[in-house]
Amino acid sequence: MKTYNLPDEKGHFGMFGGRYIPETLMQAVLELEEAYSEAKREPEFQAEIQRLLKEYVGRETPLFLAENLTRHSGGAKIFLKREDLNHTGAHKINNTIGQALLAVRMGKRKIVAETGAGQHGVATATVCALLNLDCIVFMGEEDIKRQALNVFRMELLGAKVVGVNSGSATLKDAVNEALRYWVANVDDTHYLLGSVMGPHPFPMMVRDFQSIIGKETKEQFLQAEGKLPEAIVACIGGGSNAMGMFYPFVENEEVKLFGVEAAGEGVQTPCHAASLTKGKPGILHGSLMYLLQNEDGQIQEAHSISAGLDYPGVGPEHSYLKDIGRVNYRSITDGEALDAFQLLAKLEGIIPALESAHAVAYAIQLATQMNETENIIVCLSGRGDKDVDTVRNKLKGAE
Amino acid sequence: MNRLEKKLNELKISGLKAFVPYIMAGDGGIEVLNERILLLEKFGATAIEIGIPFSDPVADGPTIQQAGIRSLENGTTLSKVIKELEKFRDEISIPIILMTYMNPIFAYGIEKFVQDINNAGVDGCIIPDLPIEEEELISHLLDTADIELIRLVTMATPRERIERIAKLGKGFLYTVTVKGITGTRNGYGAEIADFLKMVKDISPIPVLAGFGISTRDQVDQFSSYCDGVIVGSKIVELFANNDLSQIEELITPIQIMNKIM
Repeated sequence: MKTYNLPDEKGHFGMFGGRYIPETLMQAVLELEEAYSEAKREPEFQAEIQRLLKEYVGRETPLFLAENLTRHSGGAKIFLKREDLNHTGAHKINNTIGQALLAVRMGKRKIVAETGAGQHGVATATVCALLNLDCIVFMGEEDIKRQALNVFRMELLGAKVVGVNSGSATLKDAVNEALRYWVANVDDTHYLLGSVMGPHPFPMMVRDFQSIIGKETKEQFLQAEGKLPEAIVACIGGGSNAMGMFYPFVENEEVKLFGVEAAGEGVQTPCHAASLTKGKPGILHGSLMYLLQNEDGQIQEAHSISAGLDYPGVGPEHSYLKDIGRVNYRSITDGEALDAFQLLAKLEGIIPALESAHAVAYAIQLATQMNETENIIVCLSGRGDKDVDTVRNKLKGAE
Repeated sequence: MNRLEKKLNELKISGLKAFVPYIMAGDGGIEVLNERILLLEKFGATAIEIGIPFSDPVADGPTIQQAGIRSLENGTTLSKVIKELEKFRDEISIPIILMTYMNPIFAYGIEKFVQDINNAGVDGCIIPDLPIEEEELISHLLDTADIELIRLVTMATPRERIERIAKLGKGFLYTVTVKGITGTRNGYGAEIADFLKMVKDISPIPVLAGFGISTRDQVDQFSSYCDGVIVGSKIVELFANNDLSQIEELITPIQIMNKIM
């Protein structure tokens, strides 16, 4: 592949991306873009991020050869990139550290964020506590019910959690409310978006902050095996862990990239979150991207057992990478993810987040189609402590 | 010349003020759309802004959000609204402006949308999530069809950006007089007056103030600094409560001012 250098200066990845937002937010977004492009080039800013990632988050995270899982699957070797070992239990904090430091640099000491499962909310509240910033998190009432412990965690960390009742009362509606709040408080508030979505520069900036995952993985694997892996697998809701993992490998065409969406109860049913598999391009939350929508352009609700994948859109860069064929997008059902969740716990002593279990499930399928000299790396984006209740209830129900 | 531009120019030359009410298409059923427009025309509306419901209206406050939900529950679609307008456009003499988020247009097909609203006699379009950076997606098509793309400026827009937007502007410059979503009011009188005067000073086209204008006093006050006002949430609320006399009263100050002039 020739040099990959996207987005363009207006934030477009081909036709995708852009800045489809109310005029009230344009100035804030333009200022953010400028502040980020300055900060990016500044060694002290980068050094402060690196210091916090090392000393506070606990990076680098290990790359672990899952021998038992490999033996069980039969075929390619399966490695796990252990983002679950980060402080707060997922990759989300890689992005919140970067954006919070940028907000401080811009003189904004108030942070607003959205959260679905609560992982991004917790990672945001954590960094706000560390840097002494005011933090307000919008969360759908449905998700507040499903993830009561994470609500309490955010409150312990000093954040104010505001329930959202509009629409389906889940992540999509929390983003709407966070955007409305930002429109009204744009002078002193930074919107700390949690995924590779939203208006430019968010998809680029969040990708950059998350690409530490792929950079470390590349070095670790090269050092261990002296070559690049044959395949990489990551789960996709908005797509931030996948984008962070894929980005450093995009130009290495010999590495096959697989993004795994949530098929919920099946992509042939109305209950799924497979925006790339079943959606079509459209505009929501500031960006042109693949969206689950009806023929009149009304956004549809997404469904997944994993709250973190329960979003009807997918980042614009994934939308582009799908259209040019660089990344293969697949989907995994609730049931398959549940099986992989339990399997990884029993075989490796690692309880993955339900989101990450989607990637594990697909990697097992993929391994059987490859031979023993080949290698697959799975981005294990988070740990499953938050999901134990959901899984227990689900398994009880199935009995 | 486009009907909207012509009408606003006439008002401007005579020193009269514009009053543009907003209604949500399909709230109360698509069948009342025609009678509501005719009623507003009778009360003295300069032009009418017709909202298309959208599942995720990020620029709107609770009143218009709820109206949108009711409208969607009634089965309203962009396509049905366009067909309805086409049916009775001849009965209405005032200009019609469509206000819709970008995704319903995108799903409809941008070229087909422009062609069909042109046939239905639509004079202008407001797309709240389409800043000038992205407008080439549709602006050249609207230009060719002689439909005005109404641009917005807000209290968060710096002066030089207001200048850029005003220069591109068609029809009128929609000036958002709150820092926030529709139906909210948080600014102080003097701050808004200065802001409107500045925009008025910059803009080569008429300036209309909107967002959070809900009382007779505000209609009176805001229109004294610019070329007129847009009233949305309040009109939507009054229609939902079937309080037609209050709607007439809202328009009255402009009528009185126009008579004095």
